[in-house]
Amino acid sequence: MSPLNIQKGASKHSAYDLRDPNAEVIETHTLAVIVDNESGVLARVIGLFSARGYNIDSLTVAEVDHLGHLSRITVVTSGTPQVIVQIKAQLERMVVVHRVHDLTMEGPNVQRELALFKVKGSGEHRIEALRLAEIFRANVVDSTLESFVFEMTGPPQKVDAFAELMQPLGLIEVARTGVAAISRGV
Amino acid sequence: MTRQMTGAKMVIEALKDQGVDVVFGYPGGAVLPIYDEMFQQNDIKHILVRHEQGAIHAAEGYARSTGKPGVVLVTSGPGATNTVTGIVDALMDSIPIVVLTGQVPTFMIGSDAFQEGDTVGITRPCTKMNWLVKETDKLAGTIHEAFHVATSGRPGPVLVDIPKDVQFATGTYTEKAAARTAHYAPRTKGDPEMIARMVELIETAERPVFYTGGGVINSGDRATELLRDWAEATGFPVTSTLMGLGCYPASGKSWLGMLGMHGTYQANWAMHDCDLMLNIGARFDDRITGRINAFSPDSTKVHIDIDPSSLNKVIHTQVPIVGDIAEVLEEALALWKSRGSRVNREALAKWWKQIDEWRAVDCLAYKPGVHAIRPQHAIARLEALTKEMDRYITTEVGQHQMWAAQYLGFEGPNRWMTSGGLGTMGYGVPASIGVQIAHPDALVINVAGEASWLMNMQEMGTAVQYRAPVKQFILNNERLGMVRQWQELLHGERYSSSWSEALPDFVKLADAFGCKGIRCDNEADLDDAIREMLAYDGPVIFDCIVEKHENCFPMIPSGNAHNQMLLGDADTQGVIGAKGAVLV
Repeated sequence: MSPLNIQKGASKHSAYDLRDPNAEVIETHTLAVIVDNESGVLARVIGLFSARGYNIDSLTVAEVDHLGHLSRITVVTSGTPQVIVQIKAQLERMVVVHRVHDLTMEGPNVQRELALFKVKGSGEHRIEALRLAEIFRANVVDSTLESFVFEMTGPPQKVDAFAELMQPLGLIEVARTGVAAISRGV
Repeated sequence: MTRQMTGAKMVIEALKDQGVDVVFGYPGGAVLPIYDEMFQQNDIKHILVRHEQGAIHAAEGYARSTGKPGVVLVTSGPGATNTVTGIVDALMDSIPIVVLTGQVPTFMIGSDAFQEGDTVGITRPCTKMNWLVKETDKLAGTIHEAFHVATSGRPGPVLVDIPKDVQFATGTYTEKAAARTAHYAPRTKGDPEMIARMVELIETAERPVFYTGGGVINSGDRATELLRDWAEATGFPVTSTLMGLGCYPASGKSWLGMLGMHGTYQANWAMHDCDLMLNIGARFDDRITGRINAFSPDSTKVHIDIDPSSLNKVIHTQVPIVGDIAEVLEEALALWKSRGSRVNREALAKWWKQIDEWRAVDCLAYKPGVHAIRPQHAIARLEALTKEMDRYITTEVGQHQMWAAQYLGFEGPNRWMTSGGLGTMGYGVPASIGVQIAHPDALVINVAGEASWLMNMQEMGTAVQYRAPVKQFILNNERLGMVRQWQELLHGERYSSSWSEALPDFVKLADAFGCKGIRCDNEADLDDAIREMLAYDGPVIFDCIVEKHENCFPMIPSGNAHNQMLLGDADTQGVIGAKGAVLV
């Protein structure tokens, strides 16, 4: 945003200054949020992020403990250190939230996502796509005479890299699950 | 022994088990079974409001003046949506409110049925927690859980949405003790290491100040007592936010008055120049801090709050303490005493000398009225004539609210009900009724502006019906005063839509409602008119005609620091800079 230059009596301005006065370095954190598995929980967590202007880079959710009615939300978010701490505090005080793990702070962790790529092409492009898929250990899960669907799991960077390589080879569609993450060791 | 009953009956039983004696509400199709049960019992009194927003604000007044949760019962759809403003208000000011809403039958949810609204969806972001109850067996347990959540930790509003078929069906009642509550247990005990650091800071501080907020009052009477004990023993100055007024007595020798945008000169300067700031149950709201990077630049900051997300949200604090204020103060006070109750007396004497110089500025002085009553004078006279009484004050929102905060003195907690965080015009009339219902023999005054007052004036019908002798003290300047003040300072004196035209005749209006109307338009008659209001046994609408263009001072303009206060009209030229103009 450009600096505001408002004369006394001017009226073209917004109601709030939205710039962060303490802007610092932006960090990306992966949080594992253990919540009650009941209706509306996901809306509650997503609503918190949108209401307070926090970023969601990726978000996944699924039940992980059927008997305990617990779901695990893995959310990748970014912000200044102060914002990250605030996000955790805001999540922790929600009634439906049992625990918040900041995997990024808690040590080494494994991050994986599943992606499906539809690549259309023929001739050399088709062969090159297959060769690259092999290098990336992507599996062919559907094939027609003019297309492939590749399946791949890996950290998001690997998925990004594969998508970039497939782009000139006829990539027409991508489906990604978003990140699931867990800490290493016990 | 299990008890079987209908869902509607369960609602009443659960409320009784929770010790509820009053419910504020409005019936409608989706809550008829509950109203039928309400009709057939005498333990819980139902107050019929005139609009659902009034029910919430009345419950807020009840809750804040008693320390107990307020309860609201409304129907589905519009009944529920009309409560939203009040729910947000309660969330912002941390008021425990339990809202029970009717819903269309479970098998019709999602079909756009008559008076269907997605109540839990609409209120999800503005409640501490809400529930849609789909089985009668779970209803009583959910209501007990709702009370637990509303009143535990940082208090706030909760909502339970109850479909009509769930009310009709029979199920097993869950006793209060058996309800699920253990999963929500906010931490109340402070970190001993942090408490020790706070005590060390107190022992050596040269220019300390207690910055107290609504959290002290929410924590309960014990917190208020401990704060007073400590302020007394240390001799440290005390200021409060708008929400904290009354946690330290206005007549106390360490009292600096309210701080913030319209706080006193001495309170704001003390905040700016202090070397130790003890934030107890306040949240560094933007009305308090002014410009963040100029906020109290040389102080070490201690912050005690039961809500971890309040710590380091806006202002970095060196000593954050998560915990219940009474528990933390109890431990800290004991530790401080065990170490010899030390403070830096010499430095404190110098600090008080400085504070007395600021006090000598007499920032709340005002000129006598020329053409009409000065609004400040009206409040000052109200104070003089009522301060010895068993008195509760509510307000609307605007200039009158700030004048009330400045010129009324509060000796104890739970005596001052105002919409702080949300700034809800229309809060005061219903809130005053809620307070009066809780304290039938007390004097309850709603200090109002004419514009705010009109927003929920229909509740005068409620006051008359339930013989709630609330006194509506309206400072009538025929302006939306605070808006007008900002337009004068910031928008080239273009008063866009900030006047009240076509106002009703308030005396006739009072007559029409069946209460008493009084008009006063000069200072000579003011005391007698106020006495007449106080003497009347019933609701009064007092139309106090005041100076139309009076501005509220002192004032820290938006985007400025605490040491850049305006004391009067002469100071106002070009004071709000470009950055301040974007703030409200």
